[in-house]
Amino acid sequence: MAQPTPDLPHHAEQPPIIGPGHTFRSITDKISAVVLTRRAPIGWFIGFGIGFALTNLLLVSVTYLFLRGVRIWGNNVPVGWAFDIINFVWWIGIGHAGTLISAILLLLRQEWRTSINRFAEAMTLFAVACAAMYPIIHMGRPWLAYWLLPYPNTMSMWPNFRSPLIWDVFAVSTYATVSLLFWYIGLIPDLATLRDRSQSRVGRVTYGMLAMGWRGSARHWFRYETAYLLLAGLSTPLVISVHTIVSFDFAVGVIPGWHATIFPPYFVAGAVYAGFAMVLTIAIPLRKFYGLEDFITMRHIDYMARVMLATGLFVFYGYIMEAFFAWYSANSYEEYMMRNRMLGPYAPFYWALILCNGAAIQLLWFQRVRASATALFVLSIFVSVGMWLERFVIVVTSLHRDFLPSSWGMYYPTFWDFSTYIGTIGLFTMLLFLFIRVLPMISIFEMRTLLPEAEVNEEDAA
Amino acid sequence: MTRRPPIHGLLAEFDNANELVAAARAAHQAGFHHVDAYTPFPIEELAEAMGVHRTVLPMLVLIGGIVGAVGGFGLAYWTSVVEYPLNVGGRPLFSWPSFIPVTFETTVLVAALTTVLGMLALNGLPMPYHPTFNVPRFALATRDRFFFCIEATDPLFDRDDTRRFLERLVPRSVSEVEH
Repeated sequence: MAQPTPDLPHHAEQPPIIGPGHTFRSITDKISAVVLTRRAPIGWFIGFGIGFALTNLLLVSVTYLFLRGVRIWGNNVPVGWAFDIINFVWWIGIGHAGTLISAILLLLRQEWRTSINRFAEAMTLFAVACAAMYPIIHMGRPWLAYWLLPYPNTMSMWPNFRSPLIWDVFAVSTYATVSLLFWYIGLIPDLATLRDRSQSRVGRVTYGMLAMGWRGSARHWFRYETAYLLLAGLSTPLVISVHTIVSFDFAVGVIPGWHATIFPPYFVAGAVYAGFAMVLTIAIPLRKFYGLEDFITMRHIDYMARVMLATGLFVFYGYIMEAFFAWYSANSYEEYMMRNRMLGPYAPFYWALILCNGAAIQLLWFQRVRASATALFVLSIFVSVGMWLERFVIVVTSLHRDFLPSSWGMYYPTFWDFSTYIGTIGLFTMLLFLFIRVLPMISIFEMRTLLPEAEVNEEDAA
Repeated sequence: MTRRPPIHGLLAEFDNANELVAAARAAHQAGFHHVDAYTPFPIEELAEAMGVHRTVLPMLVLIGGIVGAVGGFGLAYWTSVVEYPLNVGGRPLFSWPSFIPVTFETTVLVAALTTVLGMLALNGLPMPYHPTFNVPRFALATRDRFFFCIEATDPLFDRDDTRRFLERLVPRSVSEVEH
């Protein structure tokens, strides 16, 4: 990562992480106005409308899937896991940046996280919701999904705790629960602000119930801060464990191209990388259309780009190591797998992946690129595409030609594969637009603490 | 509770955090204990000035984590070894390394639930009604104002003397808080 930030935001050496001239009141009013008083801009309706339309596409696709079964997808015998696991891993990886920003950067006292953590956490929740849908809809009988959970039943059966798939159930459900708790706890003081600022009765009652009677008591804040730090401490290993366990889904199998010890760290880095790309994809238009350049400054954008570069290099190192070990292991199956990736029928995907995640991100070394919001927006899209291709390459090229040439085959996605995938993007978009409309997208109370006035001067106070 | 005092307490409003911390310290030194301060953001020095030093929360979270760990590992052990043993090529039933991921997740899950529910329970939330909400200006406590309340249940509380004590701290205003 970048060099350590000086811990005070108003030091002269670096541009501040909050625009000049703000007070407690102006921060409160500006962020809460987006929810309470300002009319939603026309762009909001367009964005929400697109998300809503695509969500309906998802509903149609899933309904048709439940009627006809998984045969409507391109999955076949050598490639039994295709878009389901590709998109599952893609979405859950995107979610990881939210937790990284809210937990790990909090513990590292990176104060610049404050203006991006709230919507990054919301992004995590929505991405996990999209991810968790895939394993369930891939089941032949999704209405029996609760069989995954260990509960006493009349069949006297229990899940197999030696299976990475059951680890996944625990990891993803824990991750979703803890992310929701973290997000909600962070929202409580801001919900109280909205309750007290809202002009309408509906707003006061709704935000009031959600705020649970928060009144900013010093005794409450004391326990609140303790709880927030504890949750950050718990979430930090959790976020690493989740993508580690996701990588076990592959690494525990014996398929060439999956059975690699490098998978856990390589997947975690890839998750953070994809997640920061998505945070940039969301933050860059958001700050522009809502005029939040004071709060999400170019310094934030620059830092995120640096994290993206660093994690991108880890991921690229992973690709190099995969190729190296295929050669160094002298295992003919591994060697063939790598040759097939680079030169086989899916080679264009592999080289597109290298272009997106290996070559394109090298531009981030340049200060001028990191200072351009447009360039970073384009690059963040490249990264999201690259990370999708990475999972495609890992899943499909490894499965379609394994040990026995007699069991080789090809995989072609169908219309319904794509419609389900695009549908989840629509669901994610719709939820994000709803979130921006009804909840403060930046943590108001944490932004207040960034002001110089928030610091108590011991001599004055004595 | 014995007799209910006629009012909840006296609420002083301050313009900034320094004055509030000074007031909290003065009240603590004067021997008031049933006090509370209300601020729009957490102020570390404030809890200290009020004499609030520790909370039982981390201990509860530790216990939650241990319960989660023992529960998760116990579940995996009991189902895989005792209740539903699967003999796969004669491999050991008690394959503990494969129980670790689930144990880890349940540890974090129970600890995190304890953190959140414990924090809310210790703070007495949800609490939809509180007397301080009766003061109209109190709505600014979640925006940019700082409040200090000496509650009527304090043994040293006296409606007039305590008001004079608070006024000496030069607040912006002092108001009585109805029940």
